[in-house]
Amino acid sequence: MDATVSERIKGDITSNDVVLYMKGSPVFPQCGFSAAVVQVLTHLGVKFKGIDILQDPSLRQGIKEFSQWPTIPQLYVKGEFVGGCDIVREMFDSGELQQLLTDKGVTVKAA
Amino acid sequence: MTVAETMRRKLTETFRPTRLEIVDDSHKHAGHAGARPEGETHFSVEIVAAAFAGKTRVERQRLVYSVLAAELSDRVHALALQTRTPAEDPPRG
Repeated sequence: MDATVSERIKGDITSNDVVLYMKGSPVFPQCGFSAAVVQVLTHLGVKFKGIDILQDPSLRQGIKEFSQWPTIPQLYVKGEFVGGCDIVREMFDSGELQQLLTDKGVTVKAA
Repeated sequence: MTVAETMRRKLTETFRPTRLEIVDDSHKHAGHAGARPEGETHFSVEIVAAAFAGKTRVERQRLVYSVLAAELSDRVHALALQTRTPAEDPPRG
């Protein structure tokens, strides 16, 4: 992977508490799976940075290698890879996502 | 052999699942990016196997992705995954 892409990803996931690599923007997701994760984060009132990988082919490939994860979306919390759409939804349903965010010091809206 | 059959064979050989359901959701994504007129691009997979015990969700999905790497890099555009151990599998019906 291009070192500048890797550095850029590291920079983004360390300077933002919650980062979502996605297709499209949080306002206009271009994929149902990305939209589902945006919906979960929005529901929880979590402030996050959405990064549209469709805008940058090198990032689109680079994030897959960086995370060792072949699909988009990908959620990072405090620099740590949490998972894709299935995992985020499962963790949300079980309450683990809310717990993880709280444990990491990210503000979550009370249910 | 269809893509679904190939995935079933690979997953069965690797994980010896106690339950494996592969659903082709491609018709729901007709016309979307990554869809093909002939289908078999979007799948949902539910797999229950003892091999997942003691592994995190991320580790489990990485295992499945690695087994299906060829399919994911070629034909399969989206793969929704549920990975559980037999103990975690809720009773059916």
